[in-house]
Amino acid sequence: MDINISTFEQLHNVCISTDKKIYEISQEVMATSQDITVEQVRAFANRSLFAMKEAINSGMSSSEPSLSEMCGQDCAKLKKRFEKEHSMFGSLFEKIVQYALATSEENIRMGTIVACPTAGSCGILPAALIGVSREYNYPEYDQINALITAGEIGRIISVKVALAGAVAGCQAECGTASAMAAGAVCQLKGGNISQILNASALALKNLLGLTCDPVAGLVEVPCVKRNPFLAVHSITAVELALSGVESKIPLDEVVDAMAQTGALMSPMLKESSQAGLATTKTGLKIKQQIFGG
Amino acid sequence: MKKSTLFDIISPVMAGPSSSHTAGAVRLGLLARNIYKSVPKKVTFKLYNSYAHTGKGHGTDKGLLAGILGLNVDDRRIKDIFNNEITKNIEYKFEYFDNFRRHPNAVDIELYGDYNMKISGDSIGAGEILITKINDFNVSLSGNYNTLIIVYKDKPGMISFVTSQLQDANINIASLSCDRSAKGQDASMIICIDGNLKPEIAERIQNTDYIYFVTYVEKLEN
Repeated sequence: MDINISTFEQLHNVCISTDKKIYEISQEVMATSQDITVEQVRAFANRSLFAMKEAINSGMSSSEPSLSEMCGQDCAKLKKRFEKEHSMFGSLFEKIVQYALATSEENIRMGTIVACPTAGSCGILPAALIGVSREYNYPEYDQINALITAGEIGRIISVKVALAGAVAGCQAECGTASAMAAGAVCQLKGGNISQILNASALALKNLLGLTCDPVAGLVEVPCVKRNPFLAVHSITAVELALSGVESKIPLDEVVDAMAQTGALMSPMLKESSQAGLATTKTGLKIKQQIFGG
Repeated sequence: MKKSTLFDIISPVMAGPSSSHTAGAVRLGLLARNIYKSVPKKVTFKLYNSYAHTGKGHGTDKGLLAGILGLNVDDRRIKDIFNNEITKNIEYKFEYFDNFRRHPNAVDIELYGDYNMKISGDSIGAGEILITKINDFNVSLSGNYNTLIIVYKDKPGMISFVTSQLQDANINIASLSCDRSAKGQDASMIICIDGNLKPEIAERIQNTDYIYFVTYVEKLEN
């Protein structure tokens, strides 16, 4: 399919006029633009999916600290508690928060992860996608469909906003990841094109303004724990969208708002660690303990 | 700016924790290796600014060395590279600097071996990199294309000679940039191409009057 899709409205219209799903359009466009087959596109997605599962497995069985020794031991705490006492939200919630934390902790101990869209936000999409797939036994084929759906959503967001904390704050990294996760899970649950785009819009809309203020300049505090929070956040968006709740502001305009908010955000709050959590009394103390000076 | 594709969003599979400070560092090392075309006996990494300040916490040092040794961004050996036996035949050291004139994530890589070379580069975000200098020549290499670098005497007809050689080989040029130190002095040409260049074409260009130096740098795999 030889077409250049740069807005969600355009994606929506192409899906309706061709009677195809988002992942079908995305994989066909990618195949044409890269001069490869749809099967090769799906094989690429499957390699990422496999690596996501590997990262979860490694993270679930490790409590090795990060290089700075700030993080790395929290997933083990969740695992220990859930073995004795179940979560108030049930087994799906247990899976999602553990998978997100496992992946994020694996990242900061230099384990192998999939940057989706970035390394700092690497736990959000895999936790939601794989957590829901395991809870409801969705086969690999459906999981790849969901991953490609998520990738297409992230790609269209990236047309307007660079997905980097240094450019637009954490809303562009973890916000985008949560919008992608909402789209993926909505696709898994059989949502239609409108419901999928509404799920993403609802997730993203509620994360606008999120800053990037990492303690000591490391992808650890608050990044690691933000991943389980936002993986769960994406499920709220899916539940609303599948019930027919619509985002009053369409996804394209939410992305415009994110771009504007990112441009207006002070550079001190965009990955430079010059304000926010990074310069709190404790944040500065931690920095001194790690790097001295 | 290069437009992101579906693949860019759901990859790379990489060793954490940072695309700019870890994966970018590995890719800087890998591209420096492709330019140097050999494994050096000794290498000095000069890290600047954010690379100097937060590099240790992000494994930037490990990533740079891993790249020089040919390890890819997702290699599980990166994490413990200093204790891996593949580093036993190479001498390496890291130096740290502040320099506001340099990019926040900048590095100079000094390679010593059969010949010596100094390569400078920046990690510009999301794992994307730019090699900015080879020895004293300004360049701009992203590692996303196979690239031909030519140093020659600035005189009429040089660009058309080189591009006609590529045309004869049916090679499409993705981008071309030229620079010169002064009129009639040394000049450089950087040509990004689609597909591969046969060694004999680079050789033919090299064996031409007024062409001083030709090198072909292969793109990075991911």
